Amino acid sequence: MHSLESYLYVSAILFALGLYAVVTRRNGIAVLMGVELILNSANLNFLAFARFGGVNLAGHIFALFVIIMAAAEAAVALAIVINIYKNYQSINVDEISALRQ
Amino acid sequence: MADAAFWLMALLTVASAVVVVHHDKLLYSAIALLFTFFGVAGLYIFLWADFLAAVQVVIYVGGILVLVIFGIMLTNKITTVNISHTSMQRGAGGLLVAFVLGSLGLMITKTPWLVQHAAEPDQTVATIGRLLMMDYLLPFEVASLLLLGALIGAATLSRREE
Repeated sequence: MHSLESYLYVSAILFALGLYAVVTRRNGIAVLMGVELILNSANLNFLAFARFGGVNLAGHIFALFVIIMAAAEAAVALAIVINIYKNYQSINVDEISALRQ
Repeated sequence: MADAAFWLMALLTVASAVVVVHHDKLLYSAIALLFTFFGVAGLYIFLWADFLAAVQVVIYVGGILVLVIFGIMLTNKITTVNISHTSMQRGAGGLLVAFVLGSLGLMITKTPWLVQHAAEPDQTVATIGRLLMMDYLLPFEVASLLLLGALIGAATLSRREE
């Protein structure tokens, strides 16, 4: 039977891959995808502990709030990325140091 | 049977996440992200979180992924055939990630987790609704304010200046 640890391993791998995307990717949107992976891994941990900690549904509420935050973050981050593209004609996060030229 | 389905779902999640972080073409990464989100939703079902699995599919796949694909389309010229980008310092990033993964794995293996076994709940939606409206009412209202602020902020930021 799958145990708590198996979920934690999957979540740790997702977190590590998201971190890898954040540190190596140079495209702003690809960095954003890495952040989404990290948020998903956190959610997986919340739900795993809720399930194996005596079915405490407070973990579900926390996961719900994380999803809400992710939606808000994605909308604002993409608006910023599109604005940066208008100013710089590029979304390489290495070249960008100001929001306004 | 359930075990095989779980490992299949975990494999789908991890394999598509690897494609997300490693593929050179951005659009392929976005499509792989779709499978990662579906895999995570499948894992939620194994964790008895049916409502959260539905929310995951609706918000992540229906909302965030569509936003990401819009972002990719809007930040590349249509004449650029391969919407690609480079990753930098893969070696150093890989080392960092191996270190993080190693320490996390060691922590998971060494910690004596307290596991409480409980029966599968009949339904989760009613309990979640009760918790949201009673114990977590203030965070719930703050979250709605946050969403309103994000909506106005995103609309203002991405508006074309005259």
